[in-house]
Amino acid sequence: MENLPSILTPDFGLLFWMLIAFLVVLFCLTRFGFPVIIKMVDERKEYIDGSLSKAHEASERLAHIKQEGEALLQEAREQQAKIMKEAATTRDSIVGQAQEKAQEESARIISEAKKQIEMEKQSAIREIRAQVVELSVQIAEKVLSENLSSDKAQMALIDRLLDDVSQNESKA
Amino acid sequence: MKQIRSILFLSILLSLMLLPLQSMAAHHGVEGELNISEIVLGHLSDDYEWHIATYEGKTISIPLPIIVRSSATGSWTFCMPETLPKNFFFDGAHHGKIYEKMPDGTTTRPLDLSITKTVAQIWIVVFVLLGIFGYCTRWYKNKDEKSAAPRGFVGAMEMIVMTINDEVVKSSIGEKHYKRFAPYLLTVFFFILTANLIGLIPIFPGGANVTGNINITLFLAVCSMIAINLFGNKEYWKDIFWPNVPVLLKAPVPLMPVIELFGVFTKPFALMIRLFANMMAGHAVILSFTCVIFLGWSMGVGFGLGLNAFSIIMLLFMNCLELLVAFVQAYVFTLLSAVFIGLAHQEHEG
Repeated sequence: MENLPSILTPDFGLLFWMLIAFLVVLFCLTRFGFPVIIKMVDERKEYIDGSLSKAHEASERLAHIKQEGEALLQEAREQQAKIMKEAATTRDSIVGQAQEKAQEESARIISEAKKQIEMEKQSAIREIRAQVVELSVQIAEKVLSENLSSDKAQMALIDRLLDDVSQNESKA
Repeated sequence: MKQIRSILFLSILLSLMLLPLQSMAAHHGVEGELNISEIVLGHLSDDYEWHIATYEGKTISIPLPIIVRSSATGSWTFCMPETLPKNFFFDGAHHGKIYEKMPDGTTTRPLDLSITKTVAQIWIVVFVLLGIFGYCTRWYKNKDEKSAAPRGFVGAMEMIVMTINDEVVKSSIGEKHYKRFAPYLLTVFFFILTANLIGLIPIFPGGANVTGNINITLFLAVCSMIAINLFGNKEYWKDIFWPNVPVLLKAPVPLMPVIELFGVFTKPFALMIRLFANMMAGHAVILSFTCVIFLGWSMGVGFGLGLNAFSIIMLLFMNCLELLVAFVQAYVFTLLSAVFIGLAHQEHEG
């Protein structure tokens, strides 16, 4: 032992103080040193990982939303076009119906007016004819009271004459 | 490591080569003789005072407290080296350690818990470590995981801690068991690294040889041995006492179990010797090159100038190398401890 240099000889005091010092360091660093750093780094790592995945998700969602919005817009456009088309057809049909109705109505009114006119005309003609007959009879009674053998023969003659007259009149 | 050994060898060769010249110089009676090996060993070994310089025959040193327990009376003595009681003396035959004169005339070694140079250096290392980590953890106090990562010194410490924790401890021991050992291994790493680096400072707050003292490395190796074996699983002990070899190798004569059991002790022993030898050799080489300067001047101006230039270049180189070695040795000790612990926790393959 004496031949060995002192750094190679065991020394109880040195071992004792080394034990104390090492235990102090071990205790302090284990309690207050390393766990603080390691915990923080682990937490930071977790946070960064979480943020990355969140960002990924968000960008994905954004793309999804964009797509959805575009689809919605497209749909709206289609709806709009459809509605416009429907409106146009409805308008056309309404206009057509109205026109048809108006035509019908006018045709009806015209035909009714014509009928009325015809009826008026007929009744007027009949009245005139009756008056003319009466007048003619009276005139003929007065002018030709003796020349006529029977009323019937006279009436037929007068009718024929009147027809001629009225034909002449209408021709004229 | 080979490099250091070769450099050590080279320096020894060089000093051997210069030895005849030196004795020749001494023969001429120019200067007092330089005993390089004594100077180097003196600087490497423990002491009861912290020697700083010797100026014109006067020694400038910091006295350190002596704490001894008398074997004869059992009483404790607290004193300074100058006021050592008469019954104790510094025994030159036992590296200047304190010995006690017993009443019957024999001398024995009392229980000596003195704050020696190495102990003082250990406590400086302790306070530096606590200061550094106190400073670092204060940064984390008002921060949460959302704040940015630290920069500067705290960032560097965080990086080193996480590198050791993840790349050395976790990858060697495995995800499952590493948490139990991480604080010990991190402490060992930072203790050795700090002690090595402070040991490179040539004057007072540093310079003492801590990790180049076999007691310190012995303590660390025993700690690692406990950490390796105390928590070893069944698989580990089965591999030692009943390894997977032909029965004849283990049945009548337990050849393999003996070898394996021997391995339990050689692993920490290798840890102890590796750290001790590397740090001691580094210090010795640096001290030797420093001595070469004085040796040169004791041989005359020509030798002085030449050897001075050579020594300074070599000293610069060695100090840079030692910076690297300080880190490498701390790393290797931690890594190998972690690997051995990992081997004791191996799961059955397949």
